[in-house]
Amino acid sequence: MGMTIIEKILARKVSCEAVSPGDTVVVDVDMTVLIDLQFATMWIQPNRIHDPDKLAVVMDHAVPAPTIKDAAGGRQARKFVADFGIERFYDVGRHGICHQVVAENGLARPGEVLACADSHTCAAGAYNTAARGLGPAEIYSIMCTGTTWFQVAPTVRYEFDGAKADAVSGKDIFLHIANEYGDAPNLNLEFGGPGLAGLPMHDRRTIATQCAEVSADFGTFEPDDVLESFLAKRGITGYEAAAPDSDAAYQEVRPVDLSKLEPYVARPGTVSRNGLPVSRLDGQKVDQAFIGSCANGQLEDLQIAAEVLRGKTVAPGVRLLVTPASQAVYREAMRLGYLQDLADAGAVITNSTCGACFGYHMGVLGPNEVCITSSTRNFTGRMGSTEAEIFMASPATVAASAITGYITDPRYVTA
Amino acid sequence: MSIVFSGKVWVFGDNLNTDDMYPGFALKMDPAEAAKHIFYEVRPGWTDQVSPGDIVLAGKNFGLGSSRPVAALFTVLGVAGLVAEEFNSLFFRNAVNTGLPAMTIPDDTRVFHEGDTGTFDLNAGTWRNDTTGASGSVPKLPDLILDIIESGGVLPRLVAQGYLPDELGDVLRSPTVAIRVAGSGA
Repeated sequence: MGMTIIEKILARKVSCEAVSPGDTVVVDVDMTVLIDLQFATMWIQPNRIHDPDKLAVVMDHAVPAPTIKDAAGGRQARKFVADFGIERFYDVGRHGICHQVVAENGLARPGEVLACADSHTCAAGAYNTAARGLGPAEIYSIMCTGTTWFQVAPTVRYEFDGAKADAVSGKDIFLHIANEYGDAPNLNLEFGGPGLAGLPMHDRRTIATQCAEVSADFGTFEPDDVLESFLAKRGITGYEAAAPDSDAAYQEVRPVDLSKLEPYVARPGTVSRNGLPVSRLDGQKVDQAFIGSCANGQLEDLQIAAEVLRGKTVAPGVRLLVTPASQAVYREAMRLGYLQDLADAGAVITNSTCGACFGYHMGVLGPNEVCITSSTRNFTGRMGSTEAEIFMASPATVAASAITGYITDPRYVTA
Repeated sequence: MSIVFSGKVWVFGDNLNTDDMYPGFALKMDPAEAAKHIFYEVRPGWTDQVSPGDIVLAGKNFGLGSSRPVAALFTVLGVAGLVAEEFNSLFFRNAVNTGLPAMTIPDDTRVFHEGDTGTFDLNAGTWRNDTTGASGSVPKLPDLILDIIESGGVLPRLVAQGYLPDELGDVLRSPTVAIRVAGSGA
């Protein structure tokens, strides 16, 4: 019997011919990423760590420090990397949201295992990496021992076919899938099929990132030429990608015709079975529009937003916040003029951080406010008040909605 | 080795997410203060009613969401174990890694009612509703997972393995200390 992508990666890691659903495996972790929040408590220095070259430390959730606790955490992080000689330290100024930093710096490699104390670590599944968000105690443990365990879950495969319309993004594809099929706890998700070749890497990243939102274990994309060329441009070579076997066993194969999709929006609370085409949502007023996060703060997301907003103005009474996913994205978006276009239209450009997405700083919502966000999660209270409502859509839809003041299909404001 | 937890059961529904239990703003607080916000919107006042040794029992997709150490926060309140019809795997791992026993019982919200007393034996893979007499069995967890729970989570194991200072061995079994050592996730 053949193996799915994730079964193949895990089998290789344990030097087994095959693993199957139900197996528990102990694997070496190729790259472990610590985030700033881990240091913002007592943080006890370990006596020793497994391998400083397999570790990265990223300042992202609470930068620049909004609280004294976070500022103290920054000091702990800096001491830790100095004491243990961690070269991959992304301090404020060369930082970014960890999953963007991972992508930019080749920390996620096809066929390898990546762990980080942020639930959207599955983002690196776009690069054919077995990537998991794990709890801070487990990440601490992997930092020390270099290993962890996984229970192999059954895999559901999404088989993409057709070509998406220009106005449709990875976000729309994900929101469609989440609405159609709902949650996937204790399941791996796999993405591939003939339609994959037409799906750019940034859209794949959005989809992979949001696998956490349907409660999945691993979410991974098939390797292809698009991935290979994306990695080659960043000097990433010498990996062994994992393609699924043609006779792999799936719990279910779900076909998705990309040509049939249109811009989607998720209603507040959850993305699971809670969405609809934007064109069918009528007159929903918004107070805040947010473009950012590991899912949709990429350079291409800012480009799309800038194209929608160029020469237009954010509606009175609406706040548009734009948070680049990394300092590198920020600088490139500035060089290319995207930030100028966005700011000219009335957007507030923030520094790169996870800030508004998790309701910690940089754009917290008040009671009875409505937000349209391109970020990762629309739980009640996620971005601030539990009396605020969070709708989720693509950067294009968020940008269009900022212009009109109502949740708006971007096809109606471009041109 | 024996991982049995027994106590009064609090029954919750489906799709309880991490932010319901550990809201973003509470990440700015000390664990003891943050723990007062568990279910702050879903069931306000619950943290004043729950007693050490009680058990939280939920429905499907329990713990969807963040890496933040929610399971550890439950131990701050003295919760003895978690039971659900279905766990989000990250949340389940967080429970294991903090030494909080967790059992999956596919129809638990039908066989337990709020206030019942339940006994759950992870080693045997059995459960019993001591109030109604109903009982059943579930697949046993792998020994590797049971060992971590038995050790009180991953941090006490790291002390035993020499990765953390010896003198932390006992303190780390205190949840308010353990939750601080590795910090938070998101």
